[in-house]
Amino acid sequence: MAAGTTGVIPLTAADLAIAAGLIGLLALLTWRTGTGQTRPLLVAAARTFVQLMLLGWVLDFIFAQERLPWTAAIMAVMLLMAGHEVRARQHRRLRGWAGYATGALSMAVSTFSVLLLALLVIVQPVPWYLPQYAIPLLGMLLGNSMNGVALALDRLTENAWRQRALIEGRLMLGMRWQEAMSEVRTEALRSGLMPIINAMAAAGVVSLPGMMTGQILSGTPPLEAVKYQVLIMFLIAAASGIGTLIAVRMALGRLFDERERLRLERLAAPRT
Amino acid sequence: MTETPWLAVAGLDGLWQPPLAFTVAARECLAVCGASGTGKTRLLRMIADLEPHAGEVRLRGTPSTALPPARWRRQVMLVPAETAWWGDRVGEHFLAPPPEEALARLGFAPAVLDWPVARLSSGERQRLGLLRALVLRPAVLLLDEPTANLDADNTAAVEALVAGYLAQRPAAALWVSHDEAQRRRLARRTLHLLEDGRWRLEQRA
Repeated sequence: MAAGTTGVIPLTAADLAIAAGLIGLLALLTWRTGTGQTRPLLVAAARTFVQLMLLGWVLDFIFAQERLPWTAAIMAVMLLMAGHEVRARQHRRLRGWAGYATGALSMAVSTFSVLLLALLVIVQPVPWYLPQYAIPLLGMLLGNSMNGVALALDRLTENAWRQRALIEGRLMLGMRWQEAMSEVRTEALRSGLMPIINAMAAAGVVSLPGMMTGQILSGTPPLEAVKYQVLIMFLIAAASGIGTLIAVRMALGRLFDERERLRLERLAAPRT
Repeated sequence: MTETPWLAVAGLDGLWQPPLAFTVAARECLAVCGASGTGKTRLLRMIADLEPHAGEVRLRGTPSTALPPARWRRQVMLVPAETAWWGDRVGEHFLAPPPEEALARLGFAPAVLDWPVARLSSGERQRLGLLRALVLRPAVLLLDEPTANLDADNTAAVEALVAGYLAQRPAAALWVSHDEAQRRRLARRTLHLLEDGRWRLEQRA
């Protein structure tokens, strides 16, 4: 079919069926080699299809409405899901409300402030909450912040647990908690920032960033797509970096109490 | 009016019935003993304010809560049974340089400060861990089985070093020990923690 007005070639059900056939072929191969990965592969493929179709349907609806309450509602759902995901990815998570709040609150502050800056000052769509811009932008900010925050928190709690004797040994000598935790904290921040730093360093050399690729496929001139990609990369780096800093600070506030004691009993036992 | 005790522990709760209460005088060493699980280590951790607790600990009348926690621990210093070493070299762990004479009394040459930590035996770690605490001149030493990994000669050296410290400056010590002969050498009073959570202070004539 010829390119439409948007420059994108529409896909038919048959087109998707061919791609699904590839998954079927792969499933057959894994089944015959007995890797035990056949079922997870098929389930994941089915999830991709169902989840994305649902999302497309929801987004179609919201884009048609172009109303702030709808956009805000789906953003809230996205944030809650990201908060849940951060919690689920941790080996030893903080117990109780803090386990959820450290991830969700830090991401809320960092991604929403970066998003507002992007919408009100940089891109300036009309209206400013135009869902076609606001929702994909938030999705990219949240998805990446989630990675950084989850990695940083996981590293922080795991190392605090493993290095208990060392941390308390320093406290016993009269060091402040900041000194006692300095390496653990630094390492947590480093692992939180690593993915976005790597992504920025490899962009365009090793990897073609997904958003840019998508824009080019839908007919945007490459240089225009590149400008958007650079903007997004910087926004993602800011959101994910600030989110990581806030999350680590909040988690440290739970790991130590007002008498600067290491309170590891505030971490839940890992699931086996 | 009674004199303010050097270290006063009152109403320390969690494991003991009735809650623990005792005082330690300046230059006194109080021995602590009890089977495992009676809370010897937790008692020391509570006094150093490393673990939440009910009740109050005072140093020369000042409650622990009146001082920033790091300053409290600098004065009421816990030396655990297993000391932690985080750097590559021994010397990095000394916040103040140890006097050569003290090193020598524990059987070390000054060059020990350049040794890699990985080279230390458990007994050497224990002795250097104690020395690392002593150079900070704490007012109270909380010693958790400080001679557990040591032979007779080194045990005697550590006992003499702590006794010398208490003689030289007003300071107090709690010394957890399983060895009755050692408790007799070190302390006139012993705090016995019993298996059912009760406790008693025993004073020798």
